[in-house]
Amino acid sequence: MVLNCKHVWDCISDYLDGTLSPEMRDVVQKHLDHCEICSAILDSTRNILILTADDQIFELPVGFSERLHARLDQVMTS
Amino acid sequence: MTLGPRNEAQIIVSILAGETQLYHELIRPYERSVYMMALSFVKNEADAEDVAQETFLKAFHHLASFRSEAKFSTWLVGIALNEARSRLRRAASVRMASIDNTSQEGGRIPPAILRDWREVPSEALERMEVQQMLQKAIISLPEKYREVFVLRDVEELNIAETAAALSISVGNVKVRLHRARVMLQKQLVPLLSTLNPKRRWIPWF
Repeated sequence: MVLNCKHVWDCISDYLDGTLSPEMRDVVQKHLDHCEICSAILDSTRNILILTADDQIFELPVGFSERLHARLDQVMTS
Repeated sequence: MTLGPRNEAQIIVSILAGETQLYHELIRPYERSVYMMALSFVKNEADAEDVAQETFLKAFHHLASFRSEAKFSTWLVGIALNEARSRLRRAASVRMASIDNTSQEGGRIPPAILRDWREVPSEALERMEVQQMLQKAIISLPEKYREVFVLRDVEELNIAETAAALSISVGNVKVRLHRARVMLQKQLVPLLSTLNPKRRWIPWF
């Protein structure tokens, strides 16, 4: 089975999650080994996932914890 | 750092037995993820903080209904999701705003094609502009893609947990997740590749 680039793009998410069948994974891997465009797309998608999983993206506002725990205290003691 | 499921279960038992002050300790590791969840839905910091506070209050009041075979973090995320969605519904009914303008499920989104990409250095994240760029891109995804993406790739739930939290099928999670990831790749790669001038998007010479 020979895949073109568009087929490989459809598989990127499953490839990254490791949810492709072993046969499909082999075929995709063979394509990636010789296709620079697809391997760059794969790498960039993977990198974006690494960046978006980073906690620094959503910093807590200053005083967030203090306000939250103060409100909880109010509720618990009322 | 989380407390580990066993410690958590013990703490929950103690809280229910009356040691309510332990609740502060129980939720501390989850403050950030509940806030992230809220912010990616309601899109502004003040509302997100409100949603996060309501989530923790609701979780406290309903702690007795928590079943220890579930993960406490997943249970909390579910409460945050409901809280954020009901706030959005209230806001939408006031504004009559359309939230989801690209609702077609079919069709293929082509990724951004690039010639010279290695990686975005993680130091880049220390830059405020990069954090904001990523945050904005996630927030601007259409709702049904954003919720799958946030649960799976930001909160790091697995596919089955994501499907359960959203009451959709595993197949639907995979399809929406794929589209969300490609949308982000398409939107972010051209922006991120301008960060390092040595790695040009298109060769100049």
